[in-house]
Amino acid sequence: MKRRDFLRRSVPAGVVLPSLISGFSIRAFGADSDIMKSLLLPVTETDHVFVIIQLSGGNDGLNMVVPIENFNSYVNARPNIFIPEKSLLPLNGKVGLHPAMTGLQSMYDKGELAVVNSVGYPQPSFSHFRATDIWMSASDSDKVVNSGWAGRYLNYEYPNFPNGYPNATMTDPLAIQIGSTASLTLQGPAVGMGMSISNTSNFYNLINGVEDPAPDTPAGKELTYIRLIAQQTQAYSTVIKAAANNTVQQVSYPIKNSLGDQLKIVARLIKGGLQTRIYMVNYGGFDTHSSQVDSMDTTKGNHATLLGNVSDAIKAFQDDLKFLGVADRVVGMTFSEFGRRIKSNGSDGTDHGSAAPLFVFGKNVIGGVLGDAPLLPTNATVDDNIPFQYDFRSVYSTILANWLCVNDLDLQQIMLKNFQLLPLVNAGGCKKAVNLSGDMLISNYPNPFTSSTVITFTTAGGHTLIQVIDTTGRVVVNLVDKEYTAGTYTVVFDGSPLATGVYYARLQNLARQQVRAMLKVR
Amino acid sequence: MDRRSFLLSNIPSSSKVPALVVPAPPPNGRLGAYAGTWTENEVIHLLKRTLFGATKADIDYFKTRTFQQSVDEILNPTAPLPDPPVKEYATPVNATTPDTNISQGSSWALDPNTDGTVNSLRIASFKKWWMGVMINQERSIREKMTLFWHNHFSTETNVISNAQFVFKHHLLLRTYALGNFKALVRAVTIDPGMLVYLNGERNTKNAPDENYGRELQELFCCGKGPDSLYTEADVKAAAQVLTGWTNNADTISSSFDIKRHDTTNKQFSAFYNNTVIQGKNSATAGDEELDAFLDMIFSTQEVAKYVCRRLYRWFVYYDIDSTVEANIISPLADIMRNNNYEIQPVLNVLLKSEHFFDVLARGCQIKSPVDLTVNMCREFNVVFQPAGDYASNYGLYNYLVNSVANMQQDIGDPPDVSGWKAYYQAPQFYEMWINSDTLPKRNQFTDTMIQSGYTFNGKRMIVDGAAFAKTLSNPGDPNQLIDDILKIIFRIDISETSKTQVKTDILLGGQTTDYYWTDAWNTYISTPSNLSNTTIVTNRLRDLLKYFMDLAEYQLA
Repeated sequence: MKRRDFLRRSVPAGVVLPSLISGFSIRAFGADSDIMKSLLLPVTETDHVFVIIQLSGGNDGLNMVVPIENFNSYVNARPNIFIPEKSLLPLNGKVGLHPAMTGLQSMYDKGELAVVNSVGYPQPSFSHFRATDIWMSASDSDKVVNSGWAGRYLNYEYPNFPNGYPNATMTDPLAIQIGSTASLTLQGPAVGMGMSISNTSNFYNLINGVEDPAPDTPAGKELTYIRLIAQQTQAYSTVIKAAANNTVQQVSYPIKNSLGDQLKIVARLIKGGLQTRIYMVNYGGFDTHSSQVDSMDTTKGNHATLLGNVSDAIKAFQDDLKFLGVADRVVGMTFSEFGRRIKSNGSDGTDHGSAAPLFVFGKNVIGGVLGDAPLLPTNATVDDNIPFQYDFRSVYSTILANWLCVNDLDLQQIMLKNFQLLPLVNAGGCKKAVNLSGDMLISNYPNPFTSSTVITFTTAGGHTLIQVIDTTGRVVVNLVDKEYTAGTYTVVFDGSPLATGVYYARLQNLARQQVRAMLKVR
Repeated sequence: MDRRSFLLSNIPSSSKVPALVVPAPPPNGRLGAYAGTWTENEVIHLLKRTLFGATKADIDYFKTRTFQQSVDEILNPTAPLPDPPVKEYATPVNATTPDTNISQGSSWALDPNTDGTVNSLRIASFKKWWMGVMINQERSIREKMTLFWHNHFSTETNVISNAQFVFKHHLLLRTYALGNFKALVRAVTIDPGMLVYLNGERNTKNAPDENYGRELQELFCCGKGPDSLYTEADVKAAAQVLTGWTNNADTISSSFDIKRHDTTNKQFSAFYNNTVIQGKNSATAGDEELDAFLDMIFSTQEVAKYVCRRLYRWFVYYDIDSTVEANIISPLADIMRNNNYEIQPVLNVLLKSEHFFDVLARGCQIKSPVDLTVNMCREFNVVFQPAGDYASNYGLYNYLVNSVANMQQDIGDPPDVSGWKAYYQAPQFYEMWINSDTLPKRNQFTDTMIQSGYTFNGKRMIVDGAAFAKTLSNPGDPNQLIDDILKIIFRIDISETSKTQVKTDILLGGQTTDYYWTDAWNTYISTPSNLSNTTIVTNRLRDLLKYFMDLAEYQLA
C-alpha cells in the first residue's frame, strides 16, 4: 500500500500522530482538513510539465521523416513531390528529416528528440473531425469516448476539481490551451479540466488587452463594464498575469511564426511559476491536398514552410527552456490527426492517410528513432496506406506513466485499457501523489470493483442526483434522484450486468457537480 | 421587512463593485411614431425588451406582420391567465393542519392553511410555477409587466409567509398587468399580502403604523423626484386614512373594521393642495376615504412622471438626463394622465416611438438573472416535460429558481420594499446585476445548462445545440450558422476576425475549409445514428454556444 493511501484510510479525525511529519502534531485535523491534505502530499512532488503541439489538418509524415531504406518506392509513389535524398537531413541512416527542419536535427544530435515511426491505430479514420476526436479522446476507432485523455488524467490527479478550486495547494489552472478554445483533449468525464477561455479572457487578450472594440453607445458602455468585471473575476487571471510578468527575459523566437508565439508564452508561464501540468498549442494548415510543394523545387513550398516553422519554433522553445533553467521539467510532443496517403495526387499534394511519425522532445527524452522506416509498396496505389507500428495510446501511456508518474492501475482507468509502454522518457524521479485539495463530494469503495461498489456522497441539501455514466457520456443508471438534507450518504451501485471497463459516478447537487472514475474488473 | 431597518443591516455583496464612469449618450429621438424599417433586427429588439428573449419562432411570426400589428399584438394578450400553482410536494405529516385535502396536481391556492411547513412548501411551489409560466409565456408583454409590477410593488414571501396571500397578491399584479394603474394601486393597498408586508393590518387609530402610508407615496406613486414634495405630515395623515383594514386568513381576504379606523379629518400639505380628507364613520368609510385619498394623490403631476420613469428604465435604458426627461418622460406622463392612468396607451406610444427603436437604445440593457435564465430556455427551445408531468417540471423549474436567486434575483423575494437595485440605484442601475460574485455564477449556470444540463426525476433539461441549429436557415454553412446564432443571441455583433477564429477553432476543428463542417452536418442530418459523427456535431455546437454565452455580449439585451 502506498503511503498516502495508508494515511487516507487510517487517519480518523482527531487522532494524534505526533512524529509523523517533523514532529508536527496534526491533532484535530481530520483527513478532510486542508492542512491534513497538504501533509498527505509527499515531500518531493513532481513538477513535470507536458506540452502538446497539435498540427491540424493531417501532417504529411512521409515527407517529414523520409524513409531512406525504401527510397525508390517512395520516389515511385510520389514522383511530383518527393524530397531528393541528397537534401534530407540525416538522422539514423534509415530515415532522413525534411531539409526545413534543421532545428530539430540539431536537437536530435543532442539526444533531445525522439522520432517515433508510424504511429496510428487499428481501423483508422480518414475524417478530420473523427480522427481528431480519436486522437484527443484516445478511444478505439469504433468507439465514441466523450472525454479527453489529458482531461481524464487531470481528473485523476485533481479528483475534486472544480469544487474548491483554486486553493492553497493548487492556485493555477490545471491545463492551459493557448490561442484557441478548450479542446476535447482537456475535457474531463463531466467538466472541462482546461482553463476556460473566452474572447475577453483568452490568452493574448489577458496579457495584451486586445478584444473586439466596444461601440460608443449605451450598449458599448455596458459591454465595457461587463468586460471589466470579467477580467477582474476570471478565476486565474491574476496568477497568469503574475506568472507572465515574472519572466522578464527570453531567447528570441522566430518571427511570423504563430507556433513560436504560442510556445513562447508557454515557456514564460512555466518559468513564471505556474504549477499547470498540461499546455496545449495548435498550429494549422497541414491539409495539403494541393500545392504541397513548389513544383520547381520540392524542398520548398507550403509544407516546407510549415515544417520549418514547427522546427524553428520547437528549437527556440527548447533553447528558451534551457535559458530559463526549466528544461529539466518539460517534455513535449507533436501530433496530427492522421498522416497522408503514400501516393501523391495530381495537384502536387496528398490526400488523407493514416499512420505517421511524431516527435517527443525535451531534455529528459530518450533521443533516437523508434521503430523501422515505413515499408512502402513498390508501386503504391491510391488505396495504399502506411500500417501503424505503434499505437498512439502507447505514447500517451508512456508519458503518463514515466513523465506524469501515474501508477499502473490508475493508468488503466485513464487510458481505458492497457497499452505497451515505449522507451521514450526516463522513468526516474517519479514521486508524487494526487492532489486531494478541494472538496471531495463523491467517492467509491472498493475501486476497482468486480460486481458492486459503495458510492459515498456529500450533499449540501436539496435535490441530489447520483448517476453512473459510461465513457461515451451515456447514463447507465440514476441511483439517487431526490431531496436530501445536508450530509454524507452512501448508495450501493450494482454493476454486475455491465461489461468490464471504466464508469463514472456523477453527483449533481444544484450548482455543484463532481465525478469519480470507477473501474470494473473481472 | 421595514426598508430602513434593512438598510441598516447587511450591505449586500452586490454593492462592492465600484462605479465605472464611461460617458455614453442616451438614445436619441422623441416619442413620434417610428417610421424606419421593420426587419429582423427591429423585431428582435422589440421581443428582447417586451418578452423574455427572442425565439426563432416569434421572430419569424412577427416578420410576417407589420410593425403596428406586432406591437398591438404584444400589447393585447389574448390567452387566459395561467392555471394556478399545484401541489407537488408531499403533505408534511407533522403539520398542525396537514393539507391532505388537496390531492397531488390540484391547486392549493384557494385552500386556507396557516401551518408554517405547509406554507413554505406552497411558497416554493409558487416560485417554481412562476418560473414555468415565464418560460411558457405567450407572445405578449404580460410576463415582463407582471415582473415589472412585482419589482414596483415589491413584497417578500418570507415576510408575508402565507402562500395563499402571496399567490393572491401575484394574481392581482398579473390581472392588472396592462390595466389601470390607479385601480391597481387601490387593489394593492387593501390586498392581504401587502397589508401584511407593510403592516397595514396593524395600522389602527390607537396605534397608527406609517409604513404603507409612506411607501405608497415614496415608492409606489410619487417617487423621490425633485418635484415630489410630500411631507412627513402627509405620511402621518396617509396612515390615518388607511387605518382599519384587517386580514382574514380563513377567507384569504381583507376587510374594513370601522372600530379600528381613525374617523377624524385628515389634513394634507400644500403638495396636495392642502386637501382635507373628511373623516367618515360608516362601514364603507375605509373605501370612501381611500378613494378620496387616491383622487388626491393622482391629481398631482408627479405620479405619472414617476411611473413613466420606472417604465422607461424597465423597457429602454436607465439614463434619464434632462433631454430624455423633457422629450420622453414628460410627454409620456401627459399621455398617462390624459388616459386616466391606463398603462396600455402609454406603452403603445413608447414601444412605437422612434426613441425606443433608436440605434442607441438597442442592446444597452444588462439582462436581469430572470431575463438571462428564461431568455436562454426560450431562445434555445429547452425542452421540458409534458404539462401532465408537473412533478418533473416543478423540479426542473426549481433549479432555475435557485439559479436566479443565486445570481441575486430571488423571484418573490426582492431585497426589500424598494425592489431590485438595478432599477433605482444611481449611478450603476443595471450594472448592479454584474459583479465579481454574480458574473462567474452566470457563466457557470450557462456552462452547466449546455454541458451536462440538469436532471430531476430522471428527466433532463439541457440546451440542445444541434436541435437549435436545425431551426436556423442554413446550419450546414458554418458562416451562416454563426451569423444566424449571433443575430438571435447577441445585440452587439462580434468582428469578422473573431467570427473566423471561432469558426476555425471550433466548427472546423482547426481546418480552413468550410466543407468539413458542411459534410459533418449533412451526415448528421442524413444519418443521425452515426454515433461518432453525431458526437462530432453535437460537441462542436456545444462548444460554440458555450463560448458565445461566456462572452460579455451575451449579458446584454
